[in-house]
Amino acid sequence: MLAFIIRRLLQALLVMAVMSGLVFVGLYVVGDPVSMMASPEATELERDAIRANFGLDKPLLEQYAIFMSHAVRFDFGKSFLTGQSAMGLILERMPATLELAVVAMLLAGLVGVPLGIWAGLRPDALSTRGIMTGSVLGFSLPNFWVGLMLIMVFAVYLGWVPASGRGKTVMLGPLDLSVLTLDGWSRLILPACTIAMAKAALIIRVTRAATREALPMDYIKFARAKGLSWSRILRVHLLKNIMIPIVTVFGLEFGQVVAFAVVTETIFAWPGMGKLLLDSIITLDRPVVVAYLILIVFFLVMLNLVTDILYSVLDPRVRLQAAKA
Amino acid sequence: MPVNSAVRPSLRRGVMTAAMAAITVLSSGAYARDLVVALKTEPTSMDPQYHALTPNIQLSQTLFDGLVCADADLAIKPCLAESWTASGKSWTFKLRPNLKFSDGSPLTAADVVFTLDRVAKVPNSPSSFKVYLQKVEKVEAVDPLTVRITTSEPYPLLAINMVGLPIMSAKAAAGPAAEGKTTTELNSGSGLVGAGPYRFVSWKRGSEIIFERNPHYWGPAPAWDKVIYRPISNPAARVAALLAGDVDLVEDPPTDDLERLQKDPKLTVETKASNRVIYVALDQNGDKTPGIEGTNGKNPLLDKRVREALSLAIDRQALVARIMGGVGTPAAQLLPYPMFGASKNLVTPAKVNTDKAKALLKDAGYPNGFTMVLGSPNGRYINDSKVAQTLASMWTRVGVKTTIDSNAPAVFFKNRDAYAYSAYMAGWGTSTGEMSNTLNSLLVTPNKEKGQGTTNRSRYSNPEMDKLVAESANQMDDAQRAATLAKASEVAMADFAMLPIHFEHSVWAMKKGISFKGRADQQTMVQYATVVK
Repeated sequence: MLAFIIRRLLQALLVMAVMSGLVFVGLYVVGDPVSMMASPEATELERDAIRANFGLDKPLLEQYAIFMSHAVRFDFGKSFLTGQSAMGLILERMPATLELAVVAMLLAGLVGVPLGIWAGLRPDALSTRGIMTGSVLGFSLPNFWVGLMLIMVFAVYLGWVPASGRGKTVMLGPLDLSVLTLDGWSRLILPACTIAMAKAALIIRVTRAATREALPMDYIKFARAKGLSWSRILRVHLLKNIMIPIVTVFGLEFGQVVAFAVVTETIFAWPGMGKLLLDSIITLDRPVVVAYLILIVFFLVMLNLVTDILYSVLDPRVRLQAAKA
Repeated sequence: MPVNSAVRPSLRRGVMTAAMAAITVLSSGAYARDLVVALKTEPTSMDPQYHALTPNIQLSQTLFDGLVCADADLAIKPCLAESWTASGKSWTFKLRPNLKFSDGSPLTAADVVFTLDRVAKVPNSPSSFKVYLQKVEKVEAVDPLTVRITTSEPYPLLAINMVGLPIMSAKAAAGPAAEGKTTTELNSGSGLVGAGPYRFVSWKRGSEIIFERNPHYWGPAPAWDKVIYRPISNPAARVAALLAGDVDLVEDPPTDDLERLQKDPKLTVETKASNRVIYVALDQNGDKTPGIEGTNGKNPLLDKRVREALSLAIDRQALVARIMGGVGTPAAQLLPYPMFGASKNLVTPAKVNTDKAKALLKDAGYPNGFTMVLGSPNGRYINDSKVAQTLASMWTRVGVKTTIDSNAPAVFFKNRDAYAYSAYMAGWGTSTGEMSNTLNSLLVTPNKEKGQGTTNRSRYSNPEMDKLVAESANQMDDAQRAATLAKASEVAMADFAMLPIHFEHSVWAMKKGISFKGRADQQTMVQYATVVK
C-alpha cells in the first residue's frame, strides 16, 4: 500500500512539472503581461522597467528555471497584478469553492442515488421514464443558463434568496465557512443547485445502469430465494455492489467541480478559486495560473488516490487482487 | 477567452427575460442609508500608489482626497488645496486650514511631501504612478499650510497631475520599509488613512469591500453611512442583482438590456459621455504592411486620399444608433469638445459619402479597391467586435474588402504592439482630461528616449503637428495652450492621421430614489451618489 501511495505521489510531481512547463509556454504565446498591466501611456522605458522588475526580460527557459528553483521550496512567486503571494491568493479563496463543491455533490448524491436505484428497479414504469428524461435535461442544459433561470425565478421573481455573492462567514479553524450561517445558506443554495443538477443527472444514469446490471446476479436471486426483505436486499446486497461505479463517478466529478466551477462562480459572483483562475488568465497573471494548476493537479491526484483506496474498502475482491500482486 | 465570449450573448438573452419578470415584483423597500454598489472589476490593491488602473483609482480617490480634484467633466477644482499659483518652474499650493484625516489627526504640508516622495519607492508596481510626477524636481513644505513644487521646466500639466496623487497620512503610513506601509499592509487596511469622504472598513477579496462615512471630512457630509462594493464581473449577473434588489447601483449594464431597464419604473439609468474615443489606426510606416493585398506591394494607407475615403465610408450616426444602442457620440476628433484642447471646429464628423469615397479611391489608383484585415479586441470596449464588423462591412461597400481579426484583449494587444495589423480598432481615454495626453500618446512621432508617441502604432509622423504639441508643453497660459492644442488636433484630423469613430458613453443603472452623477472618466465614485429627497 505504501509503495502504491509513494508511486502515485511521484507521478503527481512529474505531472506538475510537465504542466507548469506547458502553462509557461502557453501564456507566453498568448500575450505580453506588461501590455495588460502597464497604463497605456507608460513610455517604452517604463515598460522595460516593469518587464525587468518581474523578470520578464529574461529568456523563457531562464524564467522557467528560476520559477522551478523557487517552486521546489514551495514558493510559487507573487501575483503580477496584486503583488500578493500567488498561492496565498488561491488558498484564501479555496474554502468558498470547496464548500460549494461539497454541498453540490452531497445534493447530487442524495437525489441521484435513490432516483437511480428506483429507475433501475422499475425500468418500465412511467415514473422511470420521467426520471430519465429529467436526467437528459439535467446534463444537456448548459449550467450558465440553469444558473440564470434559478436567479430569475428564486431571486428576482420570488425574491426568496439573494441573487449573488457569498453570505456571512464563520471561521472554523483555518477555514472560513458560510455553511454555518442562515445568510450563508441563502446564498449558497442556488449555485449549489446549479452544479448539483448536472451532477445528479450523471449519477442517476450510472446508478441505474449499475442496478440493472446487479439485479439478475445470482447473489440477488439467492437472497430473494432465502426470503430476505426487499429493503435488506437493497441495502446490503445491491447498494454495496453498485457503490464502485458510483464512487468513481463521484470522485471524478467532485474534482471537476472544485477545479473548474468557473462558470457557476462567475454567474453567482461566488468568490471562489475558479473565478480567480479566469480573471488571472484574462490578465495573464502567470504566477497565479501556474500555482493554481499545480495545486489542482495535486488535488486531483490525491482525489484519485482516495477513490482507489475506497475501492479496496468497498470491494474485498480488489483487496485480494492487491494482495496477490 | 473563448469560453467567455461564447457564453455572453446567451447570458444577455437570459437576463432580458429576467428583467421582464422583475418588473412585476420588485419590492421598493425603504432605503437604508447604506449603498451597495456592483463593480465590474475588483481593484487589484488598496494602496493608492500601487497600480494606476481605473478600478483602483475610483476607490482610492474615495478614501483619499488630492490637492486638486477633477469634477465630472475632468476640469480641475480646488480640493485639499484651496488655491495654487504657478510662476515659471515653481508651483505653490495653499492647503485649507484645519484639515483632518479620517482618524482625526491633522493634515499638513508634511503629509503632501511624504505622499509624493513615496510614489517612486513602491516596489513591483505593475503600472506606476510615477507618470504623474514627470518633470517634478523638488517638493518642499514651506510652512504647515504651503507646499512648493519645482519642475525641471515650465510644466502646465502639474496641477492636473496632482489629481492622480491623493494625499496619504505620513503618520499612519509610516513603517520600516522604504515606502513606509507596504502594499500588502495597506491592503489589510493598516495605514490606509486619507482625507476623502469615506474611510476604509474591510476588504474580503472577491467578495466585498466596505467603506464608512468619514466623520472628519472637510467638505459637505457624505450621504451614506456605509458603502458596500461587490465585484460582479458578469454583466448579466450584475443586472440580475439589481433587479433582485441585492445591490443599489451597477456599473456598465449590457447595452442590449438598456431599453428595458430605462422602461422599468423602479429603476433609473444614467448615461454620461466619456472621454474615451474609439478610433481606427492606419499603418503609415512604409510600403511594407501586413494584412493588405491587391495593391502590388504598395501600402495604400500612405495615401491621404485613401485614408479620407475610409473615413467617408463610415456611417458613424448609424453605427452609434444601431450597434452601440445609442450609448455613444459620433467623433470628429480624438477628444470631445469642449474638453481642454479639443477643437470647436470638429464637433460633427463629415456625413457618410460612399460616392466620394469611391471616387477618392479611384483617384488614388485603386478603382477596384483592395483587401485589408482590421484588427480588434473582443471584450475590451463596449461592443467592440460588433463595431469592427460594422466598419468592415461599410468599407467593403466602397470596395475595400475588409475582414476582421478579433481576439481576446491579451492577444490583440500583443499583436498590436508587434505591429501585426495594417489597421486596428482600439480606444483611448485621456487620463489628464485634455488633448496633449491624447496626441502625445497616439500621434506624435514615436521617440523612445523622450517617451513620446508611446501608443503610436500607426507610426504616423507629421512635423507640423509635432511642433504644435511640443510648443503647448511649455505654454503656461491656459487659453493659449488650449488654442495650440486645438490647432494640432485640426492639423492631424485634416490629414486623416487616424480615424475617430465615436466617444463611448458610460452607463450606470440604479434603484429609483438614488441619484448618481456619471463622470467622463468612467469612474464610479460614490461621493457622486445621493439620496433623492
